[in-house]
Amino acid sequence: MNRPKKIFIAILFLTLACFYLNLPPRVSLGVNLWNKPFKVEFDVPHPTISLFGTKFPTYYPLHLGLDLAGGSHLVFEAQGENWSDQDRTRIAESLVENIRRRIDAYGVAESLVQPAWENDILRIIVELPGVEDIDEAISLVGQTASLDFRRQVDEASPSAGFVVTDLAGADLESAGVSFDPNTNQPVVTLEFTLEGQKKFAQITSEVQGQILAIFLDEIPLSFPVVKEPITQGQAIISGDFGLDEAKRLAAQLNAGALPVSLTLVSQKTVEPTLGSQSIKESVLAGLVGLAAVIVFILLFYGSLGVFACLSLLVYALVSFCLYRIIPITLTLPGIAGFILSVGMAVDSNIVIFERLKTEVRAGKDYKIARELAFGKAWEAIKDANICTLITSFVLFNPFDWSFLPLAGMVRGFALTLGLGVITSLFTGIIVTRNLMRVFRSNTN
Amino acid sequence: MNFIKYRLVSFVFSIFLVAVSVYGLIRYGLVFGVDFTGGSLAEISFSQEEDQGELARRLAEDGLTVAQVQRTGSDSLLIRFEGGWEERNRAIDFFAKRNLNLLRFETVGPTFGQELLKKALLAIAITVFLILFYIAWRFRDFNFGLVAVAAMIHDNLVLLGSFSFLGRLLGAPIDSLFVTAALTTLAMSVYDTVVTFGYIRDKSGLSFSGQDIERVANEAINATVVRNINNSWTIIFMLVAVLLLGGETVRYFSLALLIGTILGTYSSTFLAVPLLVVWQKSKQKKRS
Repeated sequence: MNRPKKIFIAILFLTLACFYLNLPPRVSLGVNLWNKPFKVEFDVPHPTISLFGTKFPTYYPLHLGLDLAGGSHLVFEAQGENWSDQDRTRIAESLVENIRRRIDAYGVAESLVQPAWENDILRIIVELPGVEDIDEAISLVGQTASLDFRRQVDEASPSAGFVVTDLAGADLESAGVSFDPNTNQPVVTLEFTLEGQKKFAQITSEVQGQILAIFLDEIPLSFPVVKEPITQGQAIISGDFGLDEAKRLAAQLNAGALPVSLTLVSQKTVEPTLGSQSIKESVLAGLVGLAAVIVFILLFYGSLGVFACLSLLVYALVSFCLYRIIPITLTLPGIAGFILSVGMAVDSNIVIFERLKTEVRAGKDYKIARELAFGKAWEAIKDANICTLITSFVLFNPFDWSFLPLAGMVRGFALTLGLGVITSLFTGIIVTRNLMRVFRSNTN
Repeated sequence: MNFIKYRLVSFVFSIFLVAVSVYGLIRYGLVFGVDFTGGSLAEISFSQEEDQGELARRLAEDGLTVAQVQRTGSDSLLIRFEGGWEERNRAIDFFAKRNLNLLRFETVGPTFGQELLKKALLAIAITVFLILFYIAWRFRDFNFGLVAVAAMIHDNLVLLGSFSFLGRLLGAPIDSLFVTAALTTLAMSVYDTVVTFGYIRDKSGLSFSGQDIERVANEAINATVVRNINNSWTIIFMLVAVLLLGGETVRYFSLALLIGTILGTYSSTFLAVPLLVVWQKSKQKKRS
């Protein structure tokens, strides 16, 4: 078997694999023929494959952005002129951790909480898919953290509940993570202020052997048992937790120790119904556009156009597969980026076909003309695509530079466009070329 | 066909486009979206027919400054109004009282918006410079870069100009999506230009000697013009589909991209290459 055939089989395999990965677990197709509805429904098995000890799922759900799935995008700001560098990271971490905790308690799946610094201003970007009462969500996320320590109501039974003590977040200097030298287990360390040290000593001597619960925003955070009175103002919470859990607990304690007030600077809310409408509209637009492009290519380039259309099909399948696996959250501008890149994907083929025509007209043998066309076209395609990549790079802002736009919409567009350029180089050059080598090897 | 011979036609046409754009920008300015100015944007749906004018008047009675009311569907309206968080809350109460269903609601604080605009402009400037130096390096000649950038700036200026008219007539806003479209226009404009330049490089072997500039440039245009236009057709098909069927959110975005695509195709073939010929010729005159 010669090399083009091998590559062709690899491409075929890749296409089928992408097709399979794009199939939903349940396929349901309905058509109306002569006023009779025909409906086909079947399940597609998506087993998880184990390879070399790593598990590979064979189904990846498509992530939809807020504008498609519905939900809220909120940006909060916290002023922090007097924060030291050490404070800055700690405050950002604890804020994010605490907001995450509140959202989880509120029951929102697939939310996103992300810090971003703008000089001395800390921004917290919060995305809440599918939240109905947005004002409630805003006040929930935006409230200032309040931490307090609570003792048992009934000394004998912890289940009777807890009562507030006078020890609160303001008395806590900071929390951190360290390791128990004996067991090497991670522990959370608490350091109290001078005032807090006195209160803590008083309380711990009173509740020795009992639970001194820590509540954050009225929700219990931890239930440590006081082993002995602590007078030095430094305490350790040890327990059966891993490093990540310890870090999270410390961050949440810090949220109470360093309460920061947040102000809302931007909110965008989309109703789920509007979102699903947008999906329908863009899918229809994509299909109609694609059909027009295919008809155009076939009319203009005839049998050559068939190769371009096939590689376009591979392009669409591979792109959606990448969106699923990476995963890329699809937004409306993102879909526009994809639709645009379909146009660009065809382009590399058009460049090649025009070159091919020129070379054949110049009297060259078909095979030589084909290879020449690909070689020469590649130079031009490469430069042109790098310019598009430069643009999508600046727009995507991969290093989170604060002087460039960090807006999710623009980035979603840049990501699908950039990915589209790379994918289209593969399908436009490698796929089309091999299809032509295999199926048009003898034509003149 | 000898395109270079008729270069004056495209120069005059471009000067006309730029002049009209500058006129539009000075006369009408631009309508900035809430992303950049701050304020609120609400898309509402209603079960009982609402009169746009009456709704705007009622909102004004509530102390809200309505900047724009626009129909987006048979039972939905898009309302833009000024102000900050207090106005936002008042508007929410207003919509709730009138039993209007909020489909989409955005509020952006004023300083946040200005910062976004600044960053967007910076992003454009950075992209232009990167592309300028990349082309200058790839073609070993600064003029190639300059010409490509000149064509890019021409396209974006005319795009902005057309949006000053669209803003005036239809209320088309300049928002983050528009900036994205402008940047894509930059990329697409330079894409076609580079493909044509690539052909020139191919034929002249980089040594762009005196007499045959015109001949080589003309050959390049003839060899690439079909491809440039055909490629634009495919993108135009996709964009027209999105424009007509893609819904309100991406309508002006796809329109901006459509204008940008057409301008990009025109400028790379009929503006950039003739401009390159003129510049290279004057460079050679200076040398000799």
